[in-house]
Amino acid sequence: MSTTDLQVHNPVEDLLRQDRIPTIWCPGCGIGTTVNSFAHALLKQDIDLNKTAIVSGIGCSGRVSGYMNLDSFHTTHGRAIPFATGLKLANPELNVIVYSGDGDLAAIGGNHLIHAARRNIDILVVCINNMIYAMTGGQAAATTPSGSLSTTSPYGSYEPELNLVQLVDAAGASFVARWTAYHVMQLERTLEKALKKKGFRFIEVLSPCPTYYQRKNNMGDALQAMLDYKKRSKIKHGCPTWETAIVPGGDIIVGEFVDREREDYLTRMRKQLGPHYSEFPPQWDEQESMGCSKEC
Amino acid sequence: MLTEIRIAGFGGQGVILATHILGRAASVHEGRFATMTQSYGPEARGGAASASLIVSDEPILFPYVTHPDILVVMSQEAYTRFTPEARPGGFLLVEEDLVRLDRKAQGLRIYGIPATRFAEELGKKMVLNVIMTGFLCAITGAISIEAARRSVADSVPARFRDLNLQAFDKGVQYGQELLVRGPQVLENSEELVLEGDV
Amino acid sequence: MTHADPRCVLTGTHFINGDAACCEGALAAGARFAAGYPITPSTEIVERFAARAPEVGGLFIQMEDEIASSIAIQGMVWAGQKAFTVTSGPGFSLMMEHIGFAAMTETPVVFVDVQRGGPSTGLPTLPSQGDMMQARFGSHGDYAIIALSPNSPQECFDLTVKAFNLAEEFRVPVMLMMDECVGHMTERVVIPPAEQIPVYPRRHTKKPPGEFRLFEPGEDLVPDMAHAGEGYKVYVTGLTHDERGYPSLSPAAQKKLVFRLFEKIRRAADRLVMVESDQLEGAEVVVVSYGITSRVALRAVQMARAKGIRVGTLRLICVWPFPEKLIRELAPKVKALVMPELNMGQVVLELERCAGGQCRVISVPHAGGTVHDPAEILAAIERGAQ
Repeated sequence: MSTTDLQVHNPVEDLLRQDRIPTIWCPGCGIGTTVNSFAHALLKQDIDLNKTAIVSGIGCSGRVSGYMNLDSFHTTHGRAIPFATGLKLANPELNVIVYSGDGDLAAIGGNHLIHAARRNIDILVVCINNMIYAMTGGQAAATTPSGSLSTTSPYGSYEPELNLVQLVDAAGASFVARWTAYHVMQLERTLEKALKKKGFRFIEVLSPCPTYYQRKNNMGDALQAMLDYKKRSKIKHGCPTWETAIVPGGDIIVGEFVDREREDYLTRMRKQLGPHYSEFPPQWDEQESMGCSKEC
Repeated sequence: MLTEIRIAGFGGQGVILATHILGRAASVHEGRFATMTQSYGPEARGGAASASLIVSDEPILFPYVTHPDILVVMSQEAYTRFTPEARPGGFLLVEEDLVRLDRKAQGLRIYGIPATRFAEELGKKMVLNVIMTGFLCAITGAISIEAARRSVADSVPARFRDLNLQAFDKGVQYGQELLVRGPQVLENSEELVLEGDV
Repeated sequence: MTHADPRCVLTGTHFINGDAACCEGALAAGARFAAGYPITPSTEIVERFAARAPEVGGLFIQMEDEIASSIAIQGMVWAGQKAFTVTSGPGFSLMMEHIGFAAMTETPVVFVDVQRGGPSTGLPTLPSQGDMMQARFGSHGDYAIIALSPNSPQECFDLTVKAFNLAEEFRVPVMLMMDECVGHMTERVVIPPAEQIPVYPRRHTKKPPGEFRLFEPGEDLVPDMAHAGEGYKVYVTGLTHDERGYPSLSPAAQKKLVFRLFEKIRRAADRLVMVESDQLEGAEVVVVSYGITSRVALRAVQMARAKGIRVGTLRLICVWPFPEKLIRELAPKVKALVMPELNMGQVVLELERCAGGQCRVISVPHAGGTVHDPAEILAAIERGAQ
């Protein structure tokens, strides 16, 4: 049997940049698992993948944009959301997804997260929360559960951790959910739902980092992390987000917490501007720019 | 020929608009050169407000007014602060009901106008700045009355145009009348109260 | 080159300040999108843009800070629009990382810095030219940019248009280095009819998706562009990348990319030189200046000429890239080059380097807050003529 005989067509293959595989992610990392759910959710959508852009910041999860065969933007640390905001506002036809990590979106980019939710910018944000800065080697993050060990909290972290779903709920997001890398089917269904919704949508996905978080805190390998997620998770759709804090060893509340109707930024803008806003066709039509790029 | 003008008063009197009207008249309607600057910052809020204008037949290089040839003051604070900088022999145009003169004004050609009172008579206190622009044009000739009048018409909302043109004409008329009598020149007295209406 | 869209152009003779003129220049150049954060003395630009942009199908978004503004505009550009942001000293400092990102990703975008006195909060309402080196070197790593310096409201209009055109032509971030004085100064601004305003269109690829490589340079070393949503599946990263845009973290890839980012500007340097000169022939002393300082310097020059000193003037309209060749040719012919700046001596370092010891180089520094007293510049001219 030759090796080619073993090749089977992966249903999500076309959604990945094959020439970029293998990924940089460690064995047992949960990011790839979430990407699989995301790809399946995308394939089930009736959306034009040519009009779908994915934006990341910096970090392990920040590499997701570069593996997806979409318009991919790997921006600066913490700034995926404001880049995505500009992208969406300047071309509302685009489906814009931000895929990044907890350190990127919630610490260095925390202010942008708050304000994009407040403005209700029509983007979907997938936040992989591995509770640590993994790319830089396991430093404490804003999401690191209090008491955890990391390379910058060698005696155990003594900062309280940030509850991301509560934060974006309070800031006004239209849709807020949380799953773990264990909940692949549930995550896929929630992604499908979120992709269809308008407004600022936020999905937090807890993901193991066997290389740093799990190892540093004697939490075992990736399999152990999955068993841990399975054991500790409690599905509570509609749960008030102030009851969803993640504490070491405690329950992990997962589910779809917020699903509210709120006009997004551009809808509100057009309503407010009324007659002051006039639609305007793009200025450089294809013809014009094509004839000109070299001659002048 | 280069003329330095400063208009000063308190916030709400429209010193910026008055200066803008004159600058626009000189640069857009007369085709000369005009550079307007104004003071920003906390000190410009509420208290003293001032704006400066240079009008010239040649391109203007140095942008700031240092020793105004024409100083318009519409508040006591503005008078106190800016009069010492006026060019000796220059024009000092004052809102005479709001400014009490002293020896700082010595050596200047002084013309007073009860602009606020005139504005109230026209039904809107806000137009005192436009009265002042008309007055300035009539007294100093630094900017032509015709150009300034056109600039007033361009610079104010349509529904206030007639009122503002009336105000401008009132300033011009009063200035022309006063011109016949010549300037008041402050000699050695400590204080001088200008007369009201002619 | 095409020309401006008449619907965006306020053709006519106006009496407006430099900030307003800059806003009109951006609209004329085809920018309908802007992001910014209020900061004196630049705010008037976006205030006006917020009122004007919706009329032409655009928008201004006031972001939560300058960091967000400076990357949001790049999202707007990759969505297919022309966009810019506007700031002053403290905000400019916050934007530095994204100037580097724009340089690295060859995003055609315009940064306007209305300079005020610094360091730190400094003098919010008063002028300086203290950000000139920051404009060139402020972001980490090696890159090249273009920086223009207007000396009047009219030039705030003209050079804003120019800034957008250069950004598009070279796919590089262009800095418009205004200062509080030109920004807040009101003068006559003539806005020509739209058909007389040249506009450089986006260098969009003619190739179909699949055949197009996003960072494959043309003959002028500048790559053509494609946007999100067009089926090209663009890959844009701030990491060192290959011609596909894919991360390529090797010394060889770094060398290839960084050399090209430099070379595309360096190769065009002669064409990019924008100076205004007077009486260079036979001059003993040449006053080199830019921005508002050039006007004050000219007054000093007139005074010096009245004293019989043969003084020439050279005004840098494009400060970066610096007109190196011109200075190398000029230096051996004069006794001294005098450079007044509203800073403690920044661009004069480059002047000194290019003069290469062939003549004296006299800096006339100023801490900012106002412009020079022409007498200070005159004294330097007199020293140079000795």
